[in-house]
Amino acid sequence: MGNTLIQKIMARASGRDSVAPGEIVTCAVDLAMILDSGGPRKIWPRLDQLGVGVYDKDKVVVVADHFVPAADPQSAAILKLTRDFVKKFDIKHFYDMEGICHVLMAENGHLQPGMFCTGGDSHSTMGGAFGCYMAGFGAIEMTGVVITGEIWSVVPETIKVDWSGAFGPGVTAKDIMLFLARELGMENAFKAIEFGGKSIRNMSMMERMVLTNMAAELGAETGLVAPDEITLQAIRDGGTEPAADALEWRSDDDATFCADHAFNSSTLAPQVAAPHRPSNSGAAQDFEKDHIKVDQAYIGACVGAKLTDLHMVASVLRGRQVKSGTRLMVAPSSKKIMREAAADGTLATITEAGGLILPSGCGACAGLGAGIIAEGEVCISSTNRNFQGRMGSNKAFVYLGSPYTVAAAAVAGEIVDPRNMLS
Amino acid sequence: MSVPSGKAWTFGDEINSDVMAPGIYFKESMDVMASHCLEAVNPEFAPNVQPGDIVVAGRNFGVGSAREQAALSFLHLKVGAILAKSYARIYYRNTLNFGVPALIFPKADEINAGDQVTVDPIAGVVENVTTGNSYKVSPIPEHLMEMIGDGGLMPHLKKKIDAGELKTGAAPK
Ligand code: SF4
Repeated sequence: MGNTLIQKIMARASGRDSVAPGEIVTCAVDLAMILDSGGPRKIWPRLDQLGVGVYDKDKVVVVADHFVPAADPQSAAILKLTRDFVKKFDIKHFYDMEGICHVLMAENGHLQPGMFCTGGDSHSTMGGAFGCYMAGFGAIEMTGVVITGEIWSVVPETIKVDWSGAFGPGVTAKDIMLFLARELGMENAFKAIEFGGKSIRNMSMMERMVLTNMAAELGAETGLVAPDEITLQAIRDGGTEPAADALEWRSDDDATFCADHAFNSSTLAPQVAAPHRPSNSGAAQDFEKDHIKVDQAYIGACVGAKLTDLHMVASVLRGRQVKSGTRLMVAPSSKKIMREAAADGTLATITEAGGLILPSGCGACAGLGAGIIAEGEVCISSTNRNFQGRMGSNKAFVYLGSPYTVAAAAVAGEIVDPRNMLS
Repeated sequence: MSVPSGKAWTFGDEINSDVMAPGIYFKESMDVMASHCLEAVNPEFAPNVQPGDIVVAGRNFGVGSAREQAALSFLHLKVGAILAKSYARIYYRNTLNFGVPALIFPKADEINAGDQVTVDPIAGVVENVTTGNSYKVSPIPEHLMEMIGDGGLMPHLKKKIDAGELKTGAAPK
């Protein structure tokens, strides 16, 4: 009987010939990503308390992205502590205000098919777009990983999700995930989701990363996309040569999946998730009749402000203006993306339409930085989750949509189907 | 390991990590953070919960972020045990790593707020003293029993390091 991709990765990482779903294995960790939010400030005191150091200073990657740039004394202190940690422990890879961690792992060639990676953030699942295992863990467990280079895991079953057909205009990977949050629910703990099918094969790496990022919203262990030439090119673009066996990391044809879904991309409409959960979703056009007035439109986060996302925003805004009474804020996912969007005129299009550019970082996504909202306010956001209180006041309302949908709401001042603005 | 016993605090389905540990208090101390735990759902909880009290919840408890403060808040408030119909993956791992027993409890609807509840995480027995009902549930997974018995991941690692059973990185000079 064949093996799924995640079984193969976990067998290699645990030094076994094969592993079966449900087995508990201890895996060697190839990359441990820790962040300013739950990284050094939580982990360092624990290392001191135990009198130990990090297992491999080349494999522990530190990113300062949640509290950047410092907007108050506490943030400044947390960032300083993060920088001091990097010096003290002689960490090789440190990204200080370069952008959001998950995007940086991809941009800088850190991920290869077949690797077993951990990150101190729930959307670490994003890395699975490279055909590796990458999942999120809390700071307490990342402490264990950073010390020992190992972690236990239950080998997950895999849900196969195939998409075929051509997307209509204005329909994106984000719409797939808001649709799947509703269809598959948010309770898929200890399961992996493998995305495949022709529509996925045609997607850019940045769009695939939306799928695996939001596998977290489905509650999954991680999301994966088997590698192909597009994956290899993305690894090269990050400055790393793909491993010789990179394309061999895929599920066998006779592997066993716990569920097998097939969807048609051509019938999918732009989706919107209403407060307060990503699964609370429906077609954007069905929201139009309610005339939901939007105070803020936010383009940001790891999932929703990559270069492809900013291009979507610009395609809606070109020749249009943000509605008076609505504010549009755009926080590109990384400095590199900011640079590229500046160079190709995208940022100019956004600012000419009345949008405000914010620094690259987590910002308002998790209520940590610039752009949080007040009691009673409504925001539509290209971020990945809209739980009560996530973006500021716990009496605010956050809707989720694709970058097209968020930009269209900025122009209309209310939630609309973005396809009317794509001519 | 002790057998937690206390008053039940009941919550519904999909109680997420953002309401357990709101982002706007991220930079504050754990005292401040814990004092806001679940305030969006039940503002009475954090100010009134007593050591040993039992949190009873529905499906997908802890859904959302990796923030350990979501799990740590309950330890901070000295909650004795958590009983939920099901858990979100990272929250489940976090809470066990802090040594707070969390059991899967399908009959959560049979416990009312304020009921006196006793939980034996090793034997897998839940007793509702108020109603007199007793339930057999799956105990803590065996491979985690030692860690939880040690009081969580940190004391567990310390024990293994002291015994020379664990290879670790060396402390920097
Ligand atoms: S942008 Fe939002 S979802 Fe992404 S890592 Fe930051 S806080 Fe998490």
